[in-house]
Amino acid sequence: MLKIRNIESGYGKLRVLKKISLHVDGGEIVTLIGANGAGKTTLLYTIAGMIRATGGDIVLLDRNLKSSTPQQIVKMGCSLVPEGRQVFATMSVEDNLILGGYVRYKRDKEYSQVSELSAIYDLFPVLKDRKNQLAGTLSGGEQQMLAMGRALMAGPKLIMMDEPSTGLAPLIVKDIFKIILRLREAGNTVLLVEQNAKAALSIADRGYVLETGKIILQGPADDLLNNSDVQRAYLGRDVDVETATCDIV
Amino acid sequence: MSLDLFSQYIFAGITYGIIYAIVAIGFNIIYNTTGIINFAQGEFVMLGGMTAISFNHFIPLPMAIIAAVLFTMLIGALIEIVFIRWLESPSVLRMIIITIGLSIIIREIALHVWGDTVRALPYFTGNVVSSVTLLGASISPQVLWVLAVCSCIVVLLSLFFKFTPLGKEMQACAANRLAATLCGINAKNMVTFSFMLSAAIGAVAGCVVSPITSSQYDMGTGLAIKGFTVAVLGGLGNSMAAVAAGLLLGILEAFSIAVGFPLAFQDAISISILLIILFVRPHGLFGNKEAASLKEF
Repeated sequence: MLKIRNIESGYGKLRVLKKISLHVDGGEIVTLIGANGAGKTTLLYTIAGMIRATGGDIVLLDRNLKSSTPQQIVKMGCSLVPEGRQVFATMSVEDNLILGGYVRYKRDKEYSQVSELSAIYDLFPVLKDRKNQLAGTLSGGEQQMLAMGRALMAGPKLIMMDEPSTGLAPLIVKDIFKIILRLREAGNTVLLVEQNAKAALSIADRGYVLETGKIILQGPADDLLNNSDVQRAYLGRDVDVETATCDIV
Repeated sequence: MSLDLFSQYIFAGITYGIIYAIVAIGFNIIYNTTGIINFAQGEFVMLGGMTAISFNHFIPLPMAIIAAVLFTMLIGALIEIVFIRWLESPSVLRMIIITIGLSIIIREIALHVWGDTVRALPYFTGNVVSSVTLLGASISPQVLWVLAVCSCIVVLLSLFFKFTPLGKEMQACAANRLAATLCGINAKNMVTFSFMLSAAIGAVAGCVVSPITSSQYDMGTGLAIKGFTVAVLGGLGNSMAAVAAGLLLGILEAFSIAVGFPLAFQDAISISILLIILFVRPHGLFGNKEAASLKEF
């Protein structure tokens, strides 16, 4: 589905990603873990077209995305749920969802807003109860669900999520991860970026470990979960300052 | 005060009020997509009136107005493309200062092109002395034109923002530009479009009002201040509230003359109202406090 080869990217002269290669197959949950500043968000933004890659190739379904605009990339079927939710706070929940679907609504004659909306409401019943409320008044967990629902409205083939668990209570995080599993059951492909490494690896099929702009480890999620380096650095089995935040679930 | 005189003042107030409302709506459109206040909005009104007058020397009035509106839209688009579009994540303050600078430049260019003579478009129907009697007040048919055209603009716009995809996309850009981009909305085009729309509305207002108030190169500043007052009074971003607030301000001004305030104090009244509102109800008379607290500015 998604193939990334030797990608290089960054902000101005700062090179954040140093020749990263990874691939995501259809129907998989692939997780990308790493500490703060490892380049996880930068990688997602580069795939989504918000940051221009300076080298390498990004291929989604046999089409090269490297010089596409964010709008074109969403149309090709790759949606990003940004970190920190980023809902349209001053608009109603339903308008938020409808806006997510406009890319399809405009070019796809068979696209039905009503059935698409009800599919999202089935997945997130709480959004249906609050559909006329302003999105900014929702709780953090509800906003995360709204952001996910909005991205799904575009009918993405690949959905990328940037730290969906940030700032949420452990119980809500569980709900969010359950929904991600349900997305895979429904045939979606997910690229999940997380600091909460244990939770992410426990639902993912495969994982990559990113450190200072390089991929240092990769493999099936179970292997990574049992890997002693990963355990020490990201799962808090060893006393390490950096891991204190990773031990939530 | 006799009933006739009362309705005379009411009509005067409504006429000015609806013009202020239209300028305020111009502010609101750009505010709604970009979150900035375009202080060159008054200049769009001036440009609309002045270019229509110039075009009217060569082509009939309706054509001249259409041409003037298109011309002003073009200027609006150019302003956005040349001065705003290429800025990478500009701050609200920076954009506001740019628009203030633009308003000064446009005004100076207008002074060079048209000079400081006061001009006016001919009355759309009848002439200076023709009048209709309505509720005991004798009013110029042009006042009815102003009311009709401005009401149409208000209704069409609110339908546009509520029900059309384009309108909602413009709102989405205002609410969260990053998220709008990630939803596949071309935020930059939306901003260009909002400048064009608000320039067009300003130009229409400039044309219909020109026979009554006349047009001059510096008419924009005063209108911009009044329009801004009205926009804040109603609650920034809320076009229907802007209409109510505009009528309120217009009628207040009209009656302030009736009760003996000197004409020169008219502007002082609107500025005082602006200050009071900013102190007491910064989200405006009809603004939603909840929504206002979610906005960045």
